[in-house]
Amino acid sequence: MFKHITATAIVLCLTGGVALSQGAKLSDPQIAHIAYTAGEIDIKAAKQALDKSSNKEVKEFAQGMVRDHEAVNKQALALVKKLKVTPEDNDTSRALSKQASEKLTELGKLKGADFDKAYIANEVAYHKTVNGALETQLIPSASNPELKELLQTGLKLFQGHEQHAEHVAADLK
Amino acid sequence: MQPGRLAFVSLLALVAVSVPARAATIRITIDKLAFSPASVAAKVGDTVEWVNKDALAHTATARNGDFDVTLPPSKTVSSVLNKAGTVDYYCRFHPNMKASLTIAP
Repeated sequence: MFKHITATAIVLCLTGGVALSQGAKLSDPQIAHIAYTAGEIDIKAAKQALDKSSNKEVKEFAQGMVRDHEAVNKQALALVKKLKVTPEDNDTSRALSKQASEKLTELGKLKGADFDKAYIANEVAYHKTVNGALETQLIPSASNPELKELLQTGLKLFQGHEQHAEHVAADLK
Repeated sequence: MQPGRLAFVSLLALVAVSVPARAATIRITIDKLAFSPASVAAKVGDTVEWVNKDALAHTATARNGDFDVTLPPSKTVSSVLNKAGTVDYYCRFHPNMKASLTIAP
């Protein structure tokens, strides 16, 4: 499980590193695509948890993820429409999606408390990875001030999610 | 002073004391995951107008259980303060959002 997460983190670092070393930073259309993809991934993971888990705390966490990430993605879509930006697929988005679909399959095989622990552990790690990418890559690279602001509010929100996930993880032990 | 007149003055004084100050409306804005102002003085009977500027759903939930107001995204909700006291409140969905109300009787 942690192998996958580390791989995602490395891919994020690598793509960022490569892009920076070529002197080309991520473009706003790419950043918008990455941010939206990252949100969609967490919504899918939460929906799987709502299907599979019977733990009240885990379900409440998952409901929060659906509620917040759907709201942010709706806002992101409204913003790209307003700015007339078409989100652009890229290596980071593709790597995130690939890791996420493998994770869904892996978690799909687990049940009960094993599923709950694995889901929450992945949520902690996933939010750490995404928040790290937001802080060091996406926010500094964003050109449009409104996109930057949305990412900054997103980071604040997702840091709260990370804390929430850590809290649930501690309770599950 | 005539007894009748004294009674009338006393009555006036009583009325003046028992009619409360006009209730006020206090606006608290929620923007980018923060309540603003973070600390507000109010009186029992005042109305709080909660202006949620975020695209996110929030709540204003008193730690002591005195109130729990749901604040839908980009909506304004009003609630009346019924009980005196210093109340710390937070958002149940985003517990990092914290603020306080000091409600005078």
